[in-house]
Order: sequence, then structure tokens, then C-alpha cells
Amino acid sequence: MKLPVLNDEKTESAGGCSSSGCGSSASAMDHLPDTIRDKVANHPCFSEQAHHYFARMHVAVAPACNIQCNYCNRKYDCSNESRPGVVSEVLSPAQAVKKVKAVAAAIPQMSVLGIAGPGDPLANPQRTFETFRRLSEEAPDIKLCVSTNGLNLPACAEEISKHNIDHVTITINCVDPEIGARIYPWIFWENRRIRGVEAARILIEQQQKGLEMLIERGVLVKVNSVMIPGINDEHLKEVSRIVKEKGAFLHNVMPIIAEAEHGTYFGLTGQREPTAAELEALQDACAGDMNMMRHCRQCRADAVGLLGEDRGEEFTLDKIDAMEVDYEAAMVQRAEVQQQLLAQLNSQRNKLQNQVQEQPIRILPPSRPVKMAVATKGGGIINQHFGHATEFLVYEASQKGVRFIGHRQVDKPYCEGGSSCGDDGETVLQSIVRQLEDCEVLLCSKVGYEPWSALEEAGIQPDGEHAMEPIEEAVQAVYQQMLARGLAEKPADQQQSLSQLQTA
Amino acid sequence: MAFEIVAACVSCTACEMVCPNQAISAGELHFEIDPGLCTECAESYPDPQCASICPIEGAILDELGDPLNPPGSLIGILPQVAA
Ligand code: SF4
Ligand code: SF4
Repeated sequence: MKLPVLNDEKTESAGGCSSSGCGSSASAMDHLPDTIRDKVANHPCFSEQAHHYFARMHVAVAPACNIQCNYCNRKYDCSNESRPGVVSEVLSPAQAVKKVKAVAAAIPQMSVLGIAGPGDPLANPQRTFETFRRLSEEAPDIKLCVSTNGLNLPACAEEISKHNIDHVTITINCVDPEIGARIYPWIFWENRRIRGVEAARILIEQQQKGLEMLIERGVLVKVNSVMIPGINDEHLKEVSRIVKEKGAFLHNVMPIIAEAEHGTYFGLTGQREPTAAELEALQDACAGDMNMMRHCRQCRADAVGLLGEDRGEEFTLDKIDAMEVDYEAAMVQRAEVQQQLLAQLNSQRNKLQNQVQEQPIRILPPSRPVKMAVATKGGGIINQHFGHATEFLVYEASQKGVRFIGHRQVDKPYCEGGSSCGDDGETVLQSIVRQLEDCEVLLCSKVGYEPWSALEEAGIQPDGEHAMEPIEEAVQAVYQQMLARGLAEKPADQQQSLSQLQTA
Repeated sequence: MAFEIVAACVSCTACEMVCPNQAISAGELHFEIDPGLCTECAESYPDPQCASICPIEGAILDELGDPLNPPGSLIGILPQVAA
């Protein structure tokens, strides 16, 4: 069953390709029913705006896995769903329920609980479903989600549809067994270890069957793919087309993490990671203008707190044991706080919309899109010092508006780096500048003299004048300024190819 | 007739879940096989279940003390390269 299309007109105008998000102006969300759009709009994992306001957590209750991926080393957590080289404390379902309630009471913004590892949740069905069953009963105001490699999904689809599960994430890296054989060395299936192309064929079959079964049962499905240059990068476009056709509401492409010290097959064999530009190009090709997932930070499986901000240390097992949680009272408080946040979020959205409408339509020379990097601590505001930022959000401003396209993680914030050099003699500052090289503006609350010059030299204009302003508004304002000064005009020789790209 | 789990085990619980004889449980440092219960799966399956799902090379030994999943057999890289 395909998702019903509510707005027939839009489907028509998109030329029959609405589900692949290739209409030029219609939002890629338009093919989804209102109920799903509402679900997504306030989801900290899907909505770039919402993730400044709401929070999610993961609990590690699922240690076993039933497949091997070449980007994973089972001595650590799954490096696909979490940060590699990190081992989570595995909790029993009872401990997990206690931890979730303690965190939810302390952080009312916490609205989503996921089970993602450290192995495969559906390879640990008892532990995973007991956790879900108890949480649905004891903390019904928390959304539940689960991720899986898909091998055991057909067997679990019915059970998943019975719980109050908000969405399921399936990691699908290929639909071609020959490609799969280069990603998965073996699977455990029907009491045997199976290797090679045969293993990949079974895994792919189960993933696709599981996807279809969830859609039939009305469960929201997101698909994650790990981009492995030279192996599945081109192929992921086909994966994207197929999973969206079957009804997945989002396809999220993540870069492979392959470092030798993690001891994974890809790490040890020198598999290259994609560059930020390669990743963005593939994400564009796969997502159309659906840009919601770009802020995914591949967070740790047991991370707690607002996306990117890890508060796990406050909630270790012994600390939780000492806490007394009155969840009935907490639920009342949570509802209040969440309502306030929703109101804030909506008013920010309305403000942005009104602004767009108020702008007079002027005929301008053809302009080009401009990328800007932003230092922020959250809240949708430019509120971080350049030197303290551990990551930068990248936005693209064009005449179509402002869109979030991704982030750039830096190894170390500039202020902690000193002048220390990495292996290749690169300073912390040089490495940050290199991460941001395709941006033309850097928005932050403050920036020191030395980085200012380095940024300027690299063609990135530092800008501290928009401190404490909402990000989208500031990016829009800077872009307007650039347009007015003729700084964002399309170079004559590129006008043809750029316009082709935009309509493609 | 019994297998043995050694220190390389990362306590992932996978073998415990698939053992048809409930011979495996968490020990103090790593998972352990009760030699009184382990039948090497002879009567139930063509392959011993624990050794067919274990992701760690060298974690499970046969009764002669040889690894059921020798180095290089699961990850596809020999340890010399890995070192
Ligand atoms: S060989 Fe079979 S019976 Fe023995 S521990 Fe492994 S799974 Fe259990
Ligand atoms: S499957 Fe292997 S690593 Fe996992 S608990 Fe059993 S022996 Fe240890």
C-alpha cells in the first residue's frame, strides 16, 4: 500500500514524480498525509527547527547482532548508529525504563526514546519489546522509535505495529547482492552463518519485505544508508528511488566512518570517507529538497539530551537508583513545558513566513546560492563564539529562501587547539577553515583576531554582527546584503549550467 | 563434548540467545559455557549455534582448544594487517 496522497493537484503539477521529491518548488513533504507531516514537524530527529526545542534519548538494551557490517567492530557500539570507538553501558529493560523516566522527569523537552543498539534491536526481540511494552504503559507521553538492519524485521513487523511505535529506521545500504557482498561479510540466518552474495541476497530480501510489511501496517518508516565511496555511492540513488516508492517517508544518507583505530574492515583497508561536498551532492540527489535530516549527528546510542549535547553523565545507573521519580506529576509538568515550546516553535515559523510574504518582489540579476556557516549552542540562535564551536551548521541562501544543508564537525574547538599540529602539520585553525572552505560567510557571536584573518584569507567572511539573532533570519539578511552589493551574482559563464542544475 | 568461551568474548549475549540447551550464561568477566549442558549442538543443528553467530574471532574454542572462528575468518583481515 502506498501512502495516500491528499493533495491531488500538487501530485499532478509535480509531473508524476511527487514521491521522489523532484518537484522544483513543492516541498518534498507534500506527498505525505497531514498526520505524518504533523508527526514529523515536531520531531527532534527530523525537523531542523524542532531539534533546537525538543530532545531525544537512546537506551542501549540490545547488545546482540545477527549480521556483520564492514564498517563495524563489535568490540564497540555499532558505528553506523552511534559514535565508533564507544561502548555503551548495556541496560536491562527494567533499568532502561527507570532511566528513561528519570531523564524525562528532569528534562521535560525529552520527547523521543529510541532503541538503536549497541547491536541490532530486533536481534534482541525480548529485551527490546519488553522495554517498549513497559514504556507504553508507564510513560505514554514519550514517542518510541527503533532502528534495525532489517534481517529480523519481517518476523517482528506485526509486534512493532502493536506497540505505540512512532517510527522505524531501517539501514539499507544496497538493493544489489553483489554490492551487498562488499559491505556485509556474513549474516546469521536460519541457524547457519551465511557468507558472500547469498548472505547479502537474503538480507536485502528481508529488508525490502520488512519495509513493505511496515508500510502495509501503517507504521512510519525512515531509511538510513551509509555512503561508502566507490562501493555504493552511485547505487544509493537507486536505493532512494525504490524505498521512497515503497512508502518510506525519509531517506537519510550518512557518511561512512572508517578510521584505522576503530579496527573495522573498512578502517583497516583504507576505505575513503566521503568529503562534505560529495556527501551533500548525494544527499541532494537522494532527498530532492527534503532537507530535514541534514542535522543528524550520528549520535551515541545512549546519548541523553538535546541533539549533539551529551548529558549521559548526569544519569548513570547509580545516580538513577538514588532518584525518586513521580512520573504522574512529571507528565503534567512535561505537557506544560512542551506546549510552551510548541508555541515558541510555531511563532518562530509564522514570523519567518510573514517575513517572506512581506518582501516586495523585485527583479534582480540572476543570483547564485551562497553557503554560510553558523556557530550556535542551540535554540535556533547565533549564540556561540567561533573559538568554542565544536561544529558549524551550514545553511544555503538562494532566491528560493534559506535551507539547512548539514553540519561540519571539527576535531577540536579553536580555543582548545592552541597551535598544536596534527600528523600532517595542520593546525586546528587550518583544519576548521578547510572544513568550511565552501562557505562564504561565517556567522557567530564573536571571533578573535587571528581566526578572523585566517577566515578572510580563505574567502570566508566572518560576521559577528548578527549575534543573538535567529539563524534563518540572519542568513537571509546577510544574503540580501550580498545581493544588494552585487556579491552574489551568478558568474556569466555559469549561468547556463547552474540553471540547468536547479531545474534538473 | 563441550566448547569453551575465552577472554576475547565481548559479552554481546548473541550466543546465549541461540544456544538450544541453555548452556551459556554471563560469567564474571565474559560469557561461559556449562560443559555439562553443551552438546556441541550435535543432536539439534548441523553447525554449533554459538560459533555460528559469535562476531569475535577466537572467542569460542572447540574441545581441543582450537578457535572455531580462527583469525581472519569473520572480518576478512589477518591480525598482522590489523596490528
Ligand atoms: S555448541 Fe551448541 S550447545 Fe554448546 S554452547 Fe554452543 S550453542 Fe550451546
Ligand atoms: S557471541 Fe561471542 S562475543 Fe558474544 S557473548 Fe557469545 S562468546 Fe561472547
